[in-house]
Amino acid sequence: MTEPVEEAEAAVLLDRPMVSIKGLHKSFGDLEVLRGIDVDVRPGEVVCVIGPSGSGKSTLLRCVNLLEQPTAGEIRVAGDLLTHRDADLDRARRHIGMVFQQFNLFPHLSVLDNVTIAQRRVLKLGRAEAEETARGLLASVGVGDKAGEYPARLSGGQQQRVAIARALAMKPKLMLFDEPTSALDPELVGDVLNVMRDLARTGMTMMVVTHEMAFAREVADRVIFMDGGVIVEEGTPGQVIGDPRHERTRAFLRRVLHPIED
Amino acid sequence: MSDSATEAGSLPRTGLTPRQRRNFGVGVQYAILVLIVVVAAVALDWQRFQEVFFNPSTFKFLFPDLITIGLVNTMIYTCSGYVIGFFLGLLIAVMRLSAVRLNRWFAHGYIELFRGLPALLVFMLLGYGLPVVLGPDRQLPFPPYGTVAIALGLVSAAYMAETFRAGIQAVPKGQVEAARSLGMSATRAMVTVVLPQAIRIVIPPLTNELIMLFKDSSLVFAVGLTAGTAELAKIGNDLATEHANSTPIVLAGLSYLVITLPLGFLVRRLEARQAKAR
Ligand SMILES: Nc1ncnc2c1ncn2[C@@H]1O[C@H](COP(=O)(O)OP(=O)(O)O)[C@@H](O)[C@H]1O
Ligand SMILES: [Mg+2]
Repeated sequence: MTEPVEEAEAAVLLDRPMVSIKGLHKSFGDLEVLRGIDVDVRPGEVVCVIGPSGSGKSTLLRCVNLLEQPTAGEIRVAGDLLTHRDADLDRARRHIGMVFQQFNLFPHLSVLDNVTIAQRRVLKLGRAEAEETARGLLASVGVGDKAGEYPARLSGGQQQRVAIARALAMKPKLMLFDEPTSALDPELVGDVLNVMRDLARTGMTMMVVTHEMAFAREVADRVIFMDGGVIVEEGTPGQVIGDPRHERTRAFLRRVLHPIED
Repeated sequence: MSDSATEAGSLPRTGLTPRQRRNFGVGVQYAILVLIVVVAAVALDWQRFQEVFFNPSTFKFLFPDLITIGLVNTMIYTCSGYVIGFFLGLLIAVMRLSAVRLNRWFAHGYIELFRGLPALLVFMLLGYGLPVVLGPDRQLPFPPYGTVAIALGLVSAAYMAETFRAGIQAVPKGQVEAARSLGMSATRAMVTVVLPQAIRIVIPPLTNELIMLFKDSSLVFAVGLTAGTAELAKIGNDLATEHANSTPIVLAGLSYLVITLPLGFLVRRLEARQAKAR
């Protein structure tokens, strides 16, 4: 039960990376989507992944928690080699939170139950304890008054904040965000980004796929630009977004930052 | 058609406007219907029909057995078969979508077999076959209720399995991904996240299945029923033979409708509600 946590803390102490990706390849049939990715993420680091649609950003994130089985390469999270054939993925995923573009809240459960269900069914916590944690988290993401509602009654921004609370309820060591604000009406984006910024300040290790360049500039410790299944360029936000070296990065940033002129 | 379109506004050759022509068509249809009714009323022997099919003098030996034995047994058979069919069907649907090939093959074979065979034949085979394989000293509990429940359950499970499979596949893939990324096992995600949503989706077709099963329960006489365990159709038929009058069959039929019509109404309500929610 406590083993992964101890491993994670050991990783912090030894300054081992929280995430270590080595030689990652992923193909869907004949389509090679990831063509050799190497990334380390330090504990507490916030890494933003940017790049054009179809460049493999989602696939990379989904390989980190093994929602997709890599074709080749190694994935380590908190010291555990997840690509080992005997790895206990269900156990490993408990402490890797994931937030999806489409929220993926459970529509048949109330907001409160969305946040307690995994605590109770996976961590086997009692109802009272799970609900206390859930109510605290819902309040901290600004939807404390929605605990009794069903997801369909919430705005997209509220649903996504519930989804973040749901992931945090498992006390993750790592949070993966796949375009968390891309499905939101523009006026609702800010609330979700604020929650993510607060989370980053608590020292959470985060990998964030996003098109929100202002957020990446402000919150990211490191920005990775992907194109065609490889990492083209990485560095601080100032380097990659402010002063990109590669033409492909510049072309992408021009399109994202000035969509009208294209 | 093209006439009225091209000559809209002016009078077509027939001298009738499109509206007049439409009214004329409706009038002809009513005329034909009235003619059929009149001919049927005059030419057929309604006196005799009422004596044979709705003869109040037979009521005294029909009631209360038709209700207290027939309808009650029909309900018991249907409900017990439905419960078995529900859980067996759910299991087979999950096996049909399993990662293990053997499970998929078994489920596929089961569904094809029991949907392909006439229910009556299955009941006959069980009626003759079960005593043989169970041996002389053993039988299913509460004879013949145990056998009937299994018989109806086996057949309805095949249909319900396909319904459940459609429901499971209608649950978005993101639901399983969200569940798995919270650390749930594949089985846990199925039980906690997918099935509750799938079952909600298939409540209308499952209610339809209950209606079908009510009617199919009229075939279970084939497993061998005694007087006290007969259901509606058998009691109706037995009484009709005994008294040389068809009124019992008509009343048995009405008893089915008392159950199936409200259920059908319920299905349409549920379907309308789901269509609105979408
Ligand atoms: N499950 C899948 N099966 C087949 N092709 C896929 C699958 N998932 C992603 N792809 C393909 O992989 C490529 C990269 O997809 P993705 O990782 O979603 O890119 P991004 O998130 O950067 O837009 C795309 O061409 C996409 O069509
Ligand atoms: Mg994507």
